[in-house]
Amino acid sequence: MSTLFIIILVGLITGIAIAIISRSFGVEANPLEEEVKALLPGANCGGCGFPGCAGYAKALVDKSARPGACAAQKPEDMKKMAALLGASVDTREPKVAVVMCSGDDHHATRQAQYNGINNCRDAMIVAAGAKTCTFGCLGLGACARACPFGAIEITPYHLATVHKDLCRGCGKCVQTCPKKLIRLVPKSAVIHVHCSNPLKGPVKFKACKAACIGCGKCVKAAPENMRIDGGIALAQINYGNPPPEELASVCPTHALRK
Amino acid sequence: MSKIFHFYGGVHPQEAKVSRGTPIVDAPLYPLYTVPLSMHIGAPAKPLVKAGDTVLRGQPLGEPASFVSSYVHSPTSGKVKSLGMCLGPAGTQLPCVVIEADGEDKAADPMPPLADWRNADPAILRQRVAEAGIVGMGGAAFPTPVKLSIPPGKSIDTLIINGVECEPCLTADHRLMLESPRMILEGVAIAARILGVKNIFIGIENNKPDAIALLTREAAAFSDPAIQVVPLQVRYPQGAEKQLIYAITKRQVPSGGLPADVHCVVQNIGSSHAIGEAVLKGEPLYQRITTVTGSPLASPGNWRFRVGTSYGEALKLAGGLRPGASIGKMISGGPMMGMAVYSQEVPVMKNTSGILVMAPEEIFQYTSKACLRCGRCNDACPMQLMPGILSVQIENERFDDAQNWHVMDCIECGCCAFICPAGRPLVQHMRRAKSEVGAKLRAQKAQKPQPPKGDK
Repeated sequence: MSTLFIIILVGLITGIAIAIISRSFGVEANPLEEEVKALLPGANCGGCGFPGCAGYAKALVDKSARPGACAAQKPEDMKKMAALLGASVDTREPKVAVVMCSGDDHHATRQAQYNGINNCRDAMIVAAGAKTCTFGCLGLGACARACPFGAIEITPYHLATVHKDLCRGCGKCVQTCPKKLIRLVPKSAVIHVHCSNPLKGPVKFKACKAACIGCGKCVKAAPENMRIDGGIALAQINYGNPPPEELASVCPTHALRK
Repeated sequence: MSKIFHFYGGVHPQEAKVSRGTPIVDAPLYPLYTVPLSMHIGAPAKPLVKAGDTVLRGQPLGEPASFVSSYVHSPTSGKVKSLGMCLGPAGTQLPCVVIEADGEDKAADPMPPLADWRNADPAILRQRVAEAGIVGMGGAAFPTPVKLSIPPGKSIDTLIINGVECEPCLTADHRLMLESPRMILEGVAIAARILGVKNIFIGIENNKPDAIALLTREAAAFSDPAIQVVPLQVRYPQGAEKQLIYAITKRQVPSGGLPADVHCVVQNIGSSHAIGEAVLKGEPLYQRITTVTGSPLASPGNWRFRVGTSYGEALKLAGGLRPGASIGKMISGGPMMGMAVYSQEVPVMKNTSGILVMAPEEIFQYTSKACLRCGRCNDACPMQLMPGILSVQIENERFDDAQNWHVMDCIECGCCAFICPAGRPLVQHMRRAKSEVGAKLRAQKAQKPQPPKGDK
């Protein structure tokens, strides 16, 4: 009985002590900072150059940073935040990440079996992966694990795909991909060339049935939207003036798709 | 032979040296040779020929492109079909010269033999070793002339010849020691003259008593210079450079250092033989002994292949597959450090010590489980690292921690992965960390071009 009493007493005393100490030593939080922080995505990706979202919020309130450095922030949140801080905001085209590869198991051939560590960057040190196309997506999900917003999914056929509505364009996956397949593109562009292999058309078509073979049909159909740089059999989208969705139908290998 | 020399750690895998009794046979001439221009560490050789040229056996196809590089010679006479890229054993594309043999196998004028090498200038001998395109034939293929040039500020007093062949299954060096001991000893003595050393050891693992006895006898007859044959404990990786130096001299190469830091140079048996051939006969290095072995093969053995022979031809030479057998995995090199290759097009190179074929039922595929903290890898690691802790750090991409725990000292011998009861792919983790830390160190070095001396 006395043990119980002692425990309750100790609990009470420490409780009171903690309450007093937290009052007298408590750090005054700036309520504005808290509000600003709530409007930031909270992924702590570091893309803004500050130590996490709290660091950026502090800099915003100090006026040492301007709204707009956070690539991952939703546009409506940014407007709210600008209003809160009384600052103007530059409206900019939001960007999304796109994996420039179509070579899943249905299309791309494999030259070897890889059964090592389930990570693209580990697979890279073993003969740059198992696919015949050495430029293609390994499908082991380094980008999916790096994405703070869960926007990247590895399909059951081992190809990374970005969910456009979840992607906030922070660019973490761009740095993670060992094959440098992921690009940040304007959200308004609907179709992309899902291929990154610069080799000759017949070579890559042998390795992957969904490769851009550089036939130039899309360039002929929409010369102001598409181009093929000299010497590289790979169609490029002019992201300053992206092509309409209908153009995808001209591509014989469906490398040009949504 | 009273004392057996050994080192810390290591493992003892099943030896499986089934071809140890099979004499070396010359491989026949093939119609096509794919000769990689990058059969060594360092810059690929600069091609000296172009498509359509006629070449003779022993004629240089490529010359060194930088200090750390090597000559490459034609394995036979014929026409250069093309210069292109071919698949190397590591799965990467290598620049290569494809030679269509004319079947006559005409030799180019050999370099003049230097029979009186004992009185020759070491610089001339080193030049000959370079012109013969000799590289380390144990596996790493480090250009031998670079190894035989003493770095400024270092002194060498010991030459160690590596006749250990600690890899299971391989018997190429063993057969070479039994069949041409005299040429090996000549090569060793020439290397010793180039370096100007008096302490010469040949380290041989204790599972080759015939080779130890024969070389000891031959070395006794070979009075100048005195060469000592050292029997070593049968333990993998006895043949790793740093472990061999420790076992024989009890000197420990410092972390991040080179054998020259402890006044040693380690040379492979095959390279010593090639040095002998180059100096005494003027023959450049265009062929090597390779063990072709594995349970699916009908008649495993040791062959003298010209470089550029495809692995497929080598397998055919070993009798092809037994009836009913199939290939589960093909490995270039030994089972511990060799690399799995996925194509029989890969050519035999100067460092191809073996071609190992495994049946599907011999391959075990482990799934990586969590580290049990049992510490068996710590006992096995010959570099005295802690692979288990390192692998956990690397899995969580804490490469700075891994660097502080000396991951860069890992020699990728595979003892930890061999012994791990949780089936963790530890070597792959180490290699990942080494590539990431190496990239970081290179970036740091590029930022400040002149680091202060002694700052390691």
